[in-house]
Parts: sequence; C-alpha cells; structure tokens
Amino acid sequence: MAQHQIDPNKWITQYSDYLFNYTITRVNDRVIAQDLVQETFLAGLKSMANFKGESSERTWLIAILKRKIIDYYRKINSKKGKAEVRVNYNSDSENEGDWLEEQVADPFDKTAEDTIENSELGDAIYNCMDKLPEKQAQVFKMKTILNYDTETICNELNITPSNLWVIIHRARTALAECMEDNWF
Amino acid sequence: MKKSFLFISCEEAKHICDKVQYNEATGWERFKLGLRLTWCQITQKYSKQNNKLTESMDKASVEAMTLNEKEELQKSFESELAKYQNQP
Repeated sequence: MAQHQIDPNKWITQYSDYLFNYTITRVNDRVIAQDLVQETFLAGLKSMANFKGESSERTWLIAILKRKIIDYYRKINSKKGKAEVRVNYNSDSENEGDWLEEQVADPFDKTAEDTIENSELGDAIYNCMDKLPEKQAQVFKMKTILNYDTETICNELNITPSNLWVIIHRARTALAECMEDNWF
Repeated sequence: MKKSFLFISCEEAKHICDKVQYNEATGWERFKLGLRLTWCQITQKYSKQNNKLTESMDKASVEAMTLNEKEELQKSFESELAKYQNQP
C-alpha cells in the first residue's frame, strides 16, 4: 500500500517556499525561480497518476524541480554556446594573452564550497521550518525572511503585536533546537 | 521588597533578546538585557542559541515567496487544478 498520499490542493501552502528557496539558490534569479516552481507544480499535476506514494510529496516534487532546473541550464547553455562562437576575443596581437588575467578567479569571491554549504544550510533550515505548526512557520517567514514589519504582519494575519512576539519566540526556540540536533 | 527598575524577568529578557534579532529593541532594553546576561545562565543560553540562529539565517540567505508572488502562483495553479479535478 502507498505510504504517502497526494493532495495538490495543499501544494502551494506547504511546498512553494521550500521549492522556491531550493530553486533561487541554484538559479539566482527571482523571476526564473518563480517560473520554475510554477512549471514544477504544473508538471506534478500532469504526472499525478505516476505518483506511487513510496516517497513523500515533497521529495517527488523536488525530483521534478531538479529536472526543470537542469533543463533550464541546458537551454541557456546552448544559447550561450552559440553566442560565444561569434565573440572575437582580442584579435589584436599586442593584447594577446590579456584574457588569461581576466579569467583568473577573484580570490575574494565566494568559493563553490561556500555556496554549496550555504545552500545545504538553507535546506536544513527549511527542513526545520517544516516541522513548525503552520501559523508559526508563516509568521516566522514573514518576519525573518521577508522582513515584513510587525504592523503589516499583524494586519495581514489579524493578530496583535504581543501575539506575534509569542509566536516568534516559540518558532525561534523550536528552530534553534532543531538546528542544534541536525546542523550545529 | 520593591524590585529594582533595572531588574527584568527571564521571560522579559528572552522577549528583548528576540527583538534584538530584528533590531527592534531600544537602547534601554538592550542595557537591561546586558545586565541580566552577566549573571543569568538561562538567558545566556537562550541568547547564544538565538544569535546562532540569526547568523545561520543570514549566512544561508534563505528566501521565500512574498505574499503577492504566492497569491499569483495560487491563482494560476488553481485554474489548472480545476481542469484536472473537473475531468471525468
């Protein structure tokens, strides 16, 4: 029997932020990340019949998203490849060899290891946020990630500022404990 | 005995510590928290954990969709979903 059930009605509330964060750390563009998340959900709808329930819905959606990200890079790389053929780099013989210096990596730039570690840290934070009650996760995201001010959140969710701080306190305590167990 | 105006409870200290993470604590609140941090181990532990969480959030540059972005996504997804749910 299938261990996991599929329910697309909850996809946006439950998984959109996780998928969005996963994508943006890999494509580095908000609009493209939104498009890829949307395409993932639509592809998920189309292939719902193939969901066997052996993995969680989120794992299944991430698998679809990974393919979408690969397709995206394939597409832009093929375009880039064509463009590079037309570049006539330093045809002037006096400047020959300048490109070598220009191609040297910037030592102050982030290393690939840093980027990978930070994206894994982001995934770990999201895994911990997923364990929070829905309201706590929502308030925490609005306050901490989206940097909405207290008044906006209170108006949007119809809560008082003291309620907000109680929710934030509970969320931060739970998250710190979860991160302590899984990351630090 | 009357409590000193410098004294804050552990709960109040934690609340101020939370506000500090969002730069919303006043100078006076920070001062009172600082005083409590000199002797209260519970506040010290909470503050350390809280700062670590903030550092991790900053380091990871975690992102989420804004309310508007999510609303737009929800709308377009719902119209697609309706097509699938209305299929015989």
